[in-house]
Amino acid sequence: MEAILLQLFNGLSLGSILLLIALGLAITFGLMNVINMAHGELIMIGAYAAYVVQLLFLTYLPEGMFSWYFIFALPASFLLAAFFGWLLELSVIRHLYGRPLDSLLATFGAGLILQQLARTIFGAPNVGVQSPTFLAGTIEIFTLSIPASRLFILLLVAACVGFMFYYFYKTKSGMRIRAVMQNRKMASSLGINTRRVDSTTFAIGAGFAGVAGTVLTLIGPIGPTLGTAYIVDAFMVVVVGGVGMLIGTVASALGIGMFNTIFEYVTNASMGRVLVFILIILVLQWRPNGLFHLRTRSLD
Amino acid sequence: MCFTPSNKALSFVFICFLFTLAACQDGSSDSVEAEDTPADVQEAEDAEDLDEEQIPVGILHSLSGTMAMSETSVRDSELLAIEEINDNGGVLGKELVPIIEDGASDWPTFAERADKLLQEDEVPVIFGGWTSASRKAMQPVVEGHNGLLFYPVQYEGMEASPNIFYNGAAPNQQITPAIDWLMEEKGDDIFLIGSDYVFPRIANQAVNEQVEDAGGTIVEEQYTPLDHTDYNTIIARIREADPDVIFNTLNGDSNVAFFKQLYDAGITADEIPVLSVSVAEEEVQGIGSEVIEGHYASWNYYQSLGTDENIEFVERFQETYGEDRVVGDPIEAGYFMVHLWAKAVEEAGTTDTDEVRKAADGIEFAAPGGPVEINGENQHVSKTVRIGEVQEDGQFEQVWKSDEPVEPDPFLEEYDWASGLSEIVTDED
Amino acid sequence: MHERQSFFTTKQGVFTILIVILAILPLLMSDFQTNLLGRFLAFAILAVGLDLLWGYTGVLSLGHGIFFGFGAYITAIYITIESSGGGLPDFMMWSGMTELPWLWQLLSNPVAALSLAILVPMFVATLLGFFTFRNRIKGVYFTILTQALVLTMVTLIISQQQYTGGSDGLTNLQTIFGFSLSSPQTQLVLYFLTLIVLTVVFFSSLRLVNSRFGKVMVAIRDGENRLRFSGYNTAHFKTVVFTLSAGLAGLSGMLFVMQIGIVTPTMIDIIPSIEMALWVAIGGRGTLLGPVFGALLANTGSTYFSESFPEVWTYLMGLAFIIVIIYLPKGLMTIGDKLTKKRRGSHANQSAGKPTKL
Repeated sequence: MEAILLQLFNGLSLGSILLLIALGLAITFGLMNVINMAHGELIMIGAYAAYVVQLLFLTYLPEGMFSWYFIFALPASFLLAAFFGWLLELSVIRHLYGRPLDSLLATFGAGLILQQLARTIFGAPNVGVQSPTFLAGTIEIFTLSIPASRLFILLLVAACVGFMFYYFYKTKSGMRIRAVMQNRKMASSLGINTRRVDSTTFAIGAGFAGVAGTVLTLIGPIGPTLGTAYIVDAFMVVVVGGVGMLIGTVASALGIGMFNTIFEYVTNASMGRVLVFILIILVLQWRPNGLFHLRTRSLD
Repeated sequence: MCFTPSNKALSFVFICFLFTLAACQDGSSDSVEAEDTPADVQEAEDAEDLDEEQIPVGILHSLSGTMAMSETSVRDSELLAIEEINDNGGVLGKELVPIIEDGASDWPTFAERADKLLQEDEVPVIFGGWTSASRKAMQPVVEGHNGLLFYPVQYEGMEASPNIFYNGAAPNQQITPAIDWLMEEKGDDIFLIGSDYVFPRIANQAVNEQVEDAGGTIVEEQYTPLDHTDYNTIIARIREADPDVIFNTLNGDSNVAFFKQLYDAGITADEIPVLSVSVAEEEVQGIGSEVIEGHYASWNYYQSLGTDENIEFVERFQETYGEDRVVGDPIEAGYFMVHLWAKAVEEAGTTDTDEVRKAADGIEFAAPGGPVEINGENQHVSKTVRIGEVQEDGQFEQVWKSDEPVEPDPFLEEYDWASGLSEIVTDED
Repeated sequence: MHERQSFFTTKQGVFTILIVILAILPLLMSDFQTNLLGRFLAFAILAVGLDLLWGYTGVLSLGHGIFFGFGAYITAIYITIESSGGGLPDFMMWSGMTELPWLWQLLSNPVAALSLAILVPMFVATLLGFFTFRNRIKGVYFTILTQALVLTMVTLIISQQQYTGGSDGLTNLQTIFGFSLSSPQTQLVLYFLTLIVLTVVFFSSLRLVNSRFGKVMVAIRDGENRLRFSGYNTAHFKTVVFTLSAGLAGLSGMLFVMQIGIVTPTMIDIIPSIEMALWVAIGGRGTLLGPVFGALLANTGSTYFSESFPEVWTYLMGLAFIIVIIYLPKGLMTIGDKLTKKRRGSHANQSAGKPTKL
């Protein structure tokens, strides 16, 4: 029983991580229909931002303050990744709206450059980021001992999703974004500056990738090629969830996480990955447009 | 029709193509110095640039892609050794000129670049490789052209090519003694975890035989894909199996994820210690020393060794590449293997492969990790085996070492329990 | 008012000139360079196939590495069996196998192996095409699925090492049909074989795109729904083109592996698969000729760049991709277009270079 509960939590935890890395994509791919292959590199930028903030804390602040670096790293990584996203939008993606496949290839090139940039600045080997002390160890819930960092990630992801729902559905600027993405011409004729909305939206999506990067420092390696390990998974989550549907992304991330954990538990890690892929193909047979999708009469 | 072939000017494209070809070939002779190579080692781009007083040597590591994180440091130490040799008058009175190629973490590229070094640049020796896959890719090439490859990393054994010198540990110089030590000091129930590729699987076959022979138990054996980053399920299995120790053959990035998540799950080194064979000082930096403190790794060399040779080596390395750089076993092997080759060439009086091979038997060098000596029969080196415990500062403290350098035994012929394994391979030959 | 075109300014003409030059080049180059160029020619075959799918039909596959890989692996398995003279390859013995698995035994027949090297990728493509196109999973969704296919297959190949050699792949491929793969003569023959295959593939593809079928392909790209409403089953057409393209990738893999003598999972992974699409993009989509140049140029470029500037070549590659995609949507063929326009100057009517949505 306990083992099953623990596996359920592991599935949920993996799902939350998948969701976190896919959140930014849900915006840039889901809403803007831009395939940003450099998303993984934006995650990497977030991770290096955490590394730099940590170094600053180590150098300039007393030791007792150290653990607080993480609280500063989260917004810092958001801003830094958003800045890089904004640059990317301005220099590359701006020219490629409506050409999703071209955006895929061009951003792949951009990703190569960002990777090499990280290698030039920080060197090729992995760098170490020490987890804050308040996230070390385990927390006992009933009879389960759950890693504190995993629980923290789960809560943080929930907060991010909540914030995104609030932002896109309740605030003026969020609604403006949705208006532009759903009917650009109409929105423009109603006086919305679509150009600015585009760049802001992309920057927000990139910012979430940065947050994901900081969080990933808790559980994984930090190196120049960090992003490549996650990029395909992230896209699969958005596709299975249904493009443009935040709720779909949430459902599909948790679903994939859960099934991946189950498959891995009954077979092994390699076969688990293969089985998940087959499952995804099957799900898309049943729901070609993803689990959730906007009903629309328009064709293309 | 959307696009009619554009015509006359297509030929222009073609001319461009030829032009680029030519330009690239010309361009490549304006030799570039990589930013962080030691200033006084000149890199040559074409063999033609060299005069009679120079010997080109190939350096072939991944400088881009996923393996760059490990391999760039080995290149650095090889360049350092070349610089030392040149400062002392070179080899046979000639200056060594490194020709650096990028294997790009892609094994066929290793084969292609090795081919280029041997055929186009006519280097007498290549220092290079890290993964077994890259070595296996280069093996037919060096054998085909009767070249020499000096390989710096510990590996799974079961190989002895006449054209490769193996400077990392054979299994009996790392894994076998480590398992003996584990069973003596830490307990008999062993959990095996590794990345899902050739080295861990072959290494663990031998481990299985050895543990069974010594009366221990392999409680479970698990493999994860090379870039795996979620170890929760594995950790759940570890809890269920409740082993005395974990023997870890994970590769690269997976180690970081594994140790961080093990630490977060509250499994401490006191409770279940992990002994790794692919975690050196550089990897410890990436994992974070507080996470891996108290766990063990088996190697032939640690940066913390107090020998004169080592203190001098570490000083020189950090002087050249930066105070914050660390060194580790493969980096040290990269360093001493260049010296071993140079001494073998001096002994042979020529860089000719067959002569060097003959002269290499018994060549010794006082390496930072203790004396090493080439075994002419299997072309491995004898070296001291050590087990170290990770300290708070990310360095290893030696907890055990072999009394003297251990002779290499890549086919584990000296061990009865391995008879099944070595027979398989010797049958073939 | 059409300008009369001389043969040498048509696609066929330019390609012929290219082939003639490529046939002469081995005289001027070292064995190593000839061998290298031969491999790039094998890539060019794949690029033509990918162009049929992407440039003409508008479906981008980032899974061609896998089809290439099937061709390469199956050929390599045959060569391994031949080289080892019926014995077990070493990695199988280490994995504790005592005899060849049935799949391998099947591949010990050269005819079976060489035809399966092309048929297996076609079969996999048909299967995937059937399941995706039927449901109108299209555009970027399809592309992302093909990427996931790559990731899955590579994981599978690495984990099934008793059959595939795992991450080491299959190395030390020595002889084919009794000829040593390392001898320069064999390699020269393979070079010309590849050149001939490329020529056949190119001219057949050119015929295909100029046929009625080719018109349907372009129509699918430019307005699939209209075509569907006119009664065409576009899913069938797309599956056929995808299958054909995968077969060419298999063929390319087969020729490639004979010339490099090694096959490993790294060369069919996600990044190589994306690079394949980049050859087509750099050369020019929907031109057939462009991808041939693209494959040759991009590979020559990356070989020499990575050799001369190992530390900075990634920057250059990345930058080149961005510039080509943004400013030269039809790849290097755009340069050809622009120059033609300039030279024609005052001519009012121009048929070439209408912008299209890709």
